[in-house]
Order: sequence, then structure tokens, then C-alpha cells
Amino acid sequence: MPKVNDGRLIVGYDSSDDASVYLAREDLAIVQTIDFFPPIVDDPYEFGLIAAANAISDIYAMNAKPVTALNLILVPSCLPLEMVREILRGGADKALEAGLIIAGGHSIEDDEPKYGLSVMGLAHPDELWRNDTPRIGDVLLLTKPLGTGALTTAMKVELISKETERLVIETMARLNKNAAEAACDLDVSAATDVTGFGLLGHAAEMAGGNKRCSLIIDSEKLPLLPEALDQAAGGILPAGAYRNRGFVGDRVKIAYSVQLARADLMFDPQTSGGLLLTMAPSDALKYVEEMKNRGEDAFVIGEVTEYRSHPLEVI
Amino acid sequence: MKKVDARGLSCPEPVLLAKAAMDAGEYPFAVLVDDTTPLENIKRFANQNNKTIEVDEAGNEYTITFVK
Repeated sequence: MPKVNDGRLIVGYDSSDDASVYLAREDLAIVQTIDFFPPIVDDPYEFGLIAAANAISDIYAMNAKPVTALNLILVPSCLPLEMVREILRGGADKALEAGLIIAGGHSIEDDEPKYGLSVMGLAHPDELWRNDTPRIGDVLLLTKPLGTGALTTAMKVELISKETERLVIETMARLNKNAAEAACDLDVSAATDVTGFGLLGHAAEMAGGNKRCSLIIDSEKLPLLPEALDQAAGGILPAGAYRNRGFVGDRVKIAYSVQLARADLMFDPQTSGGLLLTMAPSDALKYVEEMKNRGEDAFVIGEVTEYRSHPLEVI
Repeated sequence: MKKVDARGLSCPEPVLLAKAAMDAGEYPFAVLVDDTTPLENIKRFANQNNKTIEVDEAGNEYTITFVK
């Protein structure tokens, strides 16, 4: 992709941030993102919920407010119309929860169903969160447990309990709305959402390549979905987990004491994962408290230090 | 020796085939895969079940022998 030279495009393709940002006015930034994928769960309505939560997440990760969206749906001609309706109903319900208007969309025939949204959000340019600006001395927080890649792989062949399956679906369908709003009055130095590149893939983008800082992650503090460790240990991991390990490569140093399954889950590709945020330790206390008030959790999983030997260290 | 052909299958199928062969209990047996993802997954599966394996690589095909 050629680089576009327009001073108003604050965040573009050349950066690895979550969405594009265009400065419409001095006090108004337009944030745009798009995401769609094939069904990850059997139920079409739940697939719609998850695909929409996942697409809107990039807007929250930039601290923008989702405003309007367009549906994208690809369906085989043999798919019953009722299934298509259910997918779109899931998307519509999730959009309503986010206060997002679905203003239209486009459908096209394809061999495999796919659904997602292109979402537009608005923010004050000064309030945008970037993904590669963590401040030394800050702590690192994560708002959703890891393991959706391994567990959705296990769900394909019913290797996990129905209770865990429910929890996995609810986790993926949960908006990052509270996670963003609970931090909007705090001094967040960097933020992103954890999706296809896994925790360490996204953390590597956050640490950056200029040896300015290191992110130190405490593997024992990671929130994990139930049964995730067991499935990972038994080799129920999607190909993406190994791709992500290769992608991060020597940017991470993992201590020998870290259990392999735990490390694998840090590379596990997440669908509609949580926010990964850095903020001062005092703000982190307020954030965890505010998330609790909202009925959700946030977990301190590490810290930002002066550069050590690698951009990422797992202890 | 019994050979299980798991080439061209995506996860978690190769691991499930390895498990079915393991449950049958006739050692040694081999699982044939053609990608590093099932190779790594079966290594983890074998380790979790305390099984000894040997891996032979030929081109991009791997023969994973469950010794015992």
C-alpha cells in the first residue's frame, strides 16, 4: 500500500494502530475501522453479536465514540434467509447496546458466510489513545480473559463443557464499551484491543521497535478462561497461535519457568478480546475499582520499564 | 505399524485422530501430517499424555511415531 501524504490523516495504513483517524476539524477526529470474518460459533444470532462487538472494539480502543456503521455480509445462496436475518439481528442488537446506528450495508454471494461492520467513530483529537505510546513507570492492564482461540477450536468438536462454552461466547460478545468508558477520565498512555495477533502480538506493537521501553508481563497474573490451559496443553491450538509466535519472534523473552501452555495462550489469537491499556499505578487502582462498579473486571498483568534486553519480557 | 493419515486436515482433527489411535492402545503407531501446526499440537498432546514420540521429517511432511 502506498503511503498517503495528507496532514489530516493522523493515523493511516503505515502505522499499526487499530483504526484510521482523519482530522475533520481541529477539535474533531473521524475514526474508521472495518472487520469481518466467518462464523466462529454455530448460532447465527450469537455470531452476529460477536462479529459486531469485535468490529466496534477498534473504535473503543482509540477512545472514540461509535456513531454510524455499515453492515458487510457475505452469504452462500443456499443459506436459509432466516439465518441471514439472525446474523443481522445479532449485529443490530449489539449496535443498539453501543449506541451505534447501522445506517446501511452491502451483501454479496460467497461460498462461506462472513459478517462484520465498517464502523465510524468520533473523538476529540487530544483524547485519542494511541497503541504505541506506553509511558515508563505505568502498569499494563487487560480487561478480558485469554483463550478464545483455543476454546473455539475445542468447541468445534465439543471438547469443553457447556458452561465454559457459554462463558466463551459471552466473553466474545461483550462490548469493550465499559472498558473504554471506565478509563476515559484517567491518564491512559497507550491502548489497543487484543485480537488476531494474540496478547503478545499486540503487546509487541505497543512496545514498538525503537528500544524505548520494555513491557514486562507476569504470566501468573494473566486472566484465563476456564479450561483454556488444559486445551492448550493438549495441543488444541489454532494455526494462528503458531503464526503469532513466529510473528513476535525474538521480540519477546520468555522465562524458562513459564509453562508452555501458558505461553501458548499468550500467542492465542483472540476474537473480540479485551482492551490492553497502560496507565499510572494510581490510576490503575481507580480503573479496576470502576470496572468492578460496572460489573466487569480489569487485571494488572505487567508494567512498562526502561528498555531491557527485549521489547517484551514474560516472567 | 499402524499409520494414521492426517495430511490436509486442520486443527483440531489431527490431534483427535492421534487420540483415537492412542485410545486403541496398539503401539507403536504413526501419525502423518503436512504442516507445522498439527506437528506442534500433537507434540503437546503427546507430552500431556506422557507418551514418547519420534518425529521424522521429509520435505514438509512429518511422521510422528508414538513409541509407547
